[in-house]
Amino acid sequence: MRKKSLVYSLFFQVGILLLLFVLQFILPTYHHSSVSKIMVLASYAVAYNFLLGYTGLMSLGHAMFFASGMYAAGLGIYYLELSALGGLLFGAGFTLVISLIFGLFALRTSGVSFLIVTLMFGQTFYLSILYFNEFTFGQDGFSLAKYLGKLVIFNREYLYSNPDIRYNFAFILLTAYLLISTFIMFSPVGRILIAIRENESRTELLGYNVFYYKLFALVLSGTFSGIAGATHALLFTYIGSTFAEIHHSISPILWTLLGGAGTVIGPFIGTGIMFYLVDFISGITSNYQLVVGVVLILMIIWFPMGIMGTLRQKWMKWLP
Amino acid sequence: MISWFNENGPLLFLALLDGTVTAFVLALIALGLSLVFGVMRIVNIAHGEFFMLGAVFSWFAFDLTNDPLWGFLLALVVAPALVGSIAIFSDRFILRKVKYHPESTIVATIGVLYVIQSVTLMVFGPEARAVEAPLYFRIQFPWFGYSGYKLIVAGMSAFCLLGVWVFMKRSKLGLYMRATQQDFEIAKTYGVPTQKIYASVFALGGGLAALAGVLIVPIRQADHLMGLEPLLLSFIVVIIGGLGSIRGTIVAAFIIGISDGIISVFYEPTLAKMLATLFVAMVLVLKPSGLYGEEVV
Repeated sequence: MRKKSLVYSLFFQVGILLLLFVLQFILPTYHHSSVSKIMVLASYAVAYNFLLGYTGLMSLGHAMFFASGMYAAGLGIYYLELSALGGLLFGAGFTLVISLIFGLFALRTSGVSFLIVTLMFGQTFYLSILYFNEFTFGQDGFSLAKYLGKLVIFNREYLYSNPDIRYNFAFILLTAYLLISTFIMFSPVGRILIAIRENESRTELLGYNVFYYKLFALVLSGTFSGIAGATHALLFTYIGSTFAEIHHSISPILWTLLGGAGTVIGPFIGTGIMFYLVDFISGITSNYQLVVGVVLILMIIWFPMGIMGTLRQKWMKWLP
Repeated sequence: MISWFNENGPLLFLALLDGTVTAFVLALIALGLSLVFGVMRIVNIAHGEFFMLGAVFSWFAFDLTNDPLWGFLLALVVAPALVGSIAIFSDRFILRKVKYHPESTIVATIGVLYVIQSVTLMVFGPEARAVEAPLYFRIQFPWFGYSGYKLIVAGMSAFCLLGVWVFMKRSKLGLYMRATQQDFEIAKTYGVPTQKIYASVFALGGGLAALAGVLIVPIRQADHLMGLEPLLLSFIVVIIGGLGSIRGTIVAAFIIGISDGIISVFYEPTLAKMLATLFVAMVLVLKPSGLYGEEVV
């Protein structure tokens, strides 16, 4: 059964990924760049879902991880003159350390306290970006474009912000995240994480050290968010404190819940729908937050399992 | 040491004064949040927006009457009532629908936050608007003059805090609220109309925040984004004071308000907020029940 669902879900995901890969040759410029953006943000949501959907921990401070990856990469390139790859690795490593320290503290709490602790740590991180504005460029942020250098593939030079480079790097990131999540979810570790989500004390009773598994999930989720942030910095060459704001912690909750928490592909679907919805509303009024609010409320009342969650319940039992 | 006081004494005094005023207003906002958490066991992320609505309604009242004093008095009555009704409405049609599940209510109230904020943006506009103080006089200290209205704000907040205290301890509704807080099931078995109690607690919490908004708006201006900061500050206060404890909330409001005043005057407001948020995260981690509270569920 498990093997069969693994095969099914791999086919399903590879199908979606192939579609995404082919789309880049068809899409008009505007949608081409939108889909690249969606894929980077969806990677962030996939990372977030790892904690919310599979481990059952809701964090209100994930922007901290996204922004720490972004800032570590950007500031590393700016001050330490790292290469782009070096910046990405530095961002990943930095976020790994941050999420480990954060996890050791925050996981001592649970439930509502965990939510508030994550909110507070996230806010502290945001405020420290503003406070050390001489070092981080505070609210204005800065552009990396001048410091990034060029990417050489087959003796040809490309800019990182080149649309095709952007699309394909975002694509690689999303592919990696989706496949890694699928494999983890089919591995014993993933099963234990789901067991923690379903019933923490029973899992503990079975002899598992729940704390370490939760710490693993949090560090993985945080680091992956950080890598998504670092990639965002490289591909969109802008670094700013808005990415550390509380709104940016709320966005992945919305995307994940809309697409379906606890499904691998759900966060991507949710991100795509929300992105285009906001894009569409922005054409009519600048006040798209109203829509975000209404969607959040309606969804949590009538549609708590999200799109893919509902599909799974009805037809696609094998969906991871 | 003495020369430091000679030099910085007036500044310290100013910081203490400002801190006290902040503390009283903060206590009012945080008390609302604390009551809601204590009785309903939910975290209301939209609480800061209730405060913002109070300030915005106050501007409309001022605009309508064109008289600071009458506008203020009108707002003092109308704003908490309107915000209370909004709170009852969201309790009835949103919170009850998600069965007060802790994480669902957080998501739902985030939605309410966005809705309130953007509707205000549409109706009120993006700019900050000032409201004249109902009474204007200065109290002259040897070193500087101080706005008398700020002291009135502190006094009125103290009066309201006392009022809530008496209400909780002496009235029947307050007794019901405390019973629901202690044990929902048993209170219900004994005939406490828990559903109505939930609605009234949510309205009371929102009303207190709105009242604080009305009081504060002549000191600072009203704008549609002003809710976030008091929300975070009152989280800090409620957590340090212990979720659901009135006395703890008031004590913590003073700790945060006055230290915020001192750090803001001598260093920087951002640093003060940074230290406070970090502090509260550590309090929650190391002593999850807060300084005065019962165990957090």
